[in-house]
Amino acid sequence: MTNGLMLCQRDERRRNNFDAAAAKERCRSYRRRILDISRQVSALHVAPAFSCVEIVDALYNGAMRRDANGAYCDIFLMSKGHGCMIQYVVLEEQGVLSRADLDAYCKPGGRLGAHPDYGTPGIAASTGSLGHGLGIAVGQAFAEKLKGSDARVYCVLSDGEFQEGSTWEAMMAAANLGLSNLVALMDNNDFSGLERISEGHKAFYPLLDKARAFGFSTAEVAGHDSAEIFAALDNDCSNDATPRPRLIVCRTTKGKGVSFMESVPIWHYRSPNSEEYAQALNEIENAP
Amino acid sequence: MRNRFADTFYELGREDERLCLVVADISPAGSIEKFRTKFPQRFVNTGVAEQIMIGMTAGMAQRGLRPFAYTIATFSLYRPFEMVRDDLCYQNLCVTVVGIGGGLTYSTLGATHHAQEDVAIACAIPNLTVIAPCDPAETEAATRWCATQEHGPVYLRLGKAGEPDFTSNAPQPWTFGKLRQIRPGADVCILTYGPIMKRAWAVAERLEAAGRSVAINSVHTLKPLDVSGVADALTRFSSVVVIEECAPTGGLAMQVKAIAFDIGARTRLFSFTLKDEFIHCYGSHDDILDAHGLSIEDMTRRILSE
Repeated sequence: MTNGLMLCQRDERRRNNFDAAAAKERCRSYRRRILDISRQVSALHVAPAFSCVEIVDALYNGAMRRDANGAYCDIFLMSKGHGCMIQYVVLEEQGVLSRADLDAYCKPGGRLGAHPDYGTPGIAASTGSLGHGLGIAVGQAFAEKLKGSDARVYCVLSDGEFQEGSTWEAMMAAANLGLSNLVALMDNNDFSGLERISEGHKAFYPLLDKARAFGFSTAEVAGHDSAEIFAALDNDCSNDATPRPRLIVCRTTKGKGVSFMESVPIWHYRSPNSEEYAQALNEIENAP
Repeated sequence: MRNRFADTFYELGREDERLCLVVADISPAGSIEKFRTKFPQRFVNTGVAEQIMIGMTAGMAQRGLRPFAYTIATFSLYRPFEMVRDDLCYQNLCVTVVGIGGGLTYSTLGATHHAQEDVAIACAIPNLTVIAPCDPAETEAATRWCATQEHGPVYLRLGKAGEPDFTSNAPQPWTFGKLRQIRPGADVCILTYGPIMKRAWAVAERLEAAGRSVAINSVHTLKPLDVSGVADALTRFSSVVVIEECAPTGGLAMQVKAIAFDIGARTRLFSFTLKDEFIHCYGSHDDILDAHGLSIEDMTRRILSE
């Protein structure tokens, strides 16, 4: 018996209408929900999640296409696993994860940990160790092409992950394989765990030149401007004469939305106390 | 082994369109070149880049393909170790990692090319099945199993080329997860796996010449280990001998000793492993095994002396 490839149904796919004002309100509610959960559990990575709220929103509620049943045809892979809280709250809003799932975050009996785990609904890969996600995404994009599917793979990476050699191995392979169905988004908040990248690792920049030299098409956007992110995603370049993967560098602020968290390394991991929570909530609620 | 793997993979690949081969700049031997020519869309050479070789096979398996990653054992397991552990084993994906030249096969290339602790390391990772065939026929059986199994990731540890046939007249067929008796005997039972089978066989012949009846079992599946099969050997034979081309810590010998303790075995137990050393010498495979204290004469003498 021949084991044929499971060809993807080329059904009518619908793209979400993207409304920047609605995106702003969604992102406000996502930050509020993350903050709520941060009161229950200490190991939350609030700031790394706040850094990519608009990016993840623009993907799930904008770029990623769904089939007639509402299921996503495109793939979202969170390579910066420590930012997964934003993915969890989006999946909760969409009914993929339940409120009970998020309430049991990092607790005995719960199924959501501080890094995403393959097998959990909506999670495309287990990540947490940096520098793994893009390689897995390359394999997924390669498989979708081989199967004749037009599914795209969107992979969100931290800028720190671009210090891993494995990420550059994946970049080289993606370009060599002409994976025009792969879109990497860099959450460029300019912080790794210890320090500001632009100060500690000056040769890290410029980024776009490096990516282009590795065969990627590139764009750079303001990473908290939903409309700008969506516009860059909408221009997917998949019909370029030379099929190329794409990197969108999103300039972001770690801890975006809460003044005392923004670009302050301790908030990579810390959770707010009651006073800090109240102030953070106030800032999020009243942000323009 | 290498050629039989390639022939078998090519045959399987003709039937199953999900089978893909991802290599990291290893020269395609024999039928690997045929697979590459015939199915170029299912053959990927990542270049000298082993982390992406493993990483991308994870993504391919998640999207319905059946990838095999293939290069020299040290580079398929050690260099991308965390990708094997996290991407393949943590996610429990059906990917086969082929390590060519397991043990000291690349005898002139120095320890950078000696996978002298590969089996011990591979056995320590949860979810990873570890298979080390001893000859071309076992390689074919193992490759067929790897291509069709639904368990999860596999480390398939092969030799190189030119291994003789040991199993075509074996009393038992190759069965995943089971010890396989390939030579019947009554007094001494040798447990071994992989290309060092040639030495185990030579030791058996010498012991026979000295009046002992010697059985040989191919322990081709190192993980999950056939614990009841090992326990049975420890119970039925007056002497059990483990011969393995692997470092002493964490290999088969240590596991057999643990089983012997658990069941209160009364048998005499001999273990012959590689030294816990990087040895700086060069020569044939046999020369390097000798340097590790695994000469046929020494092993035979020790078994007969007790």
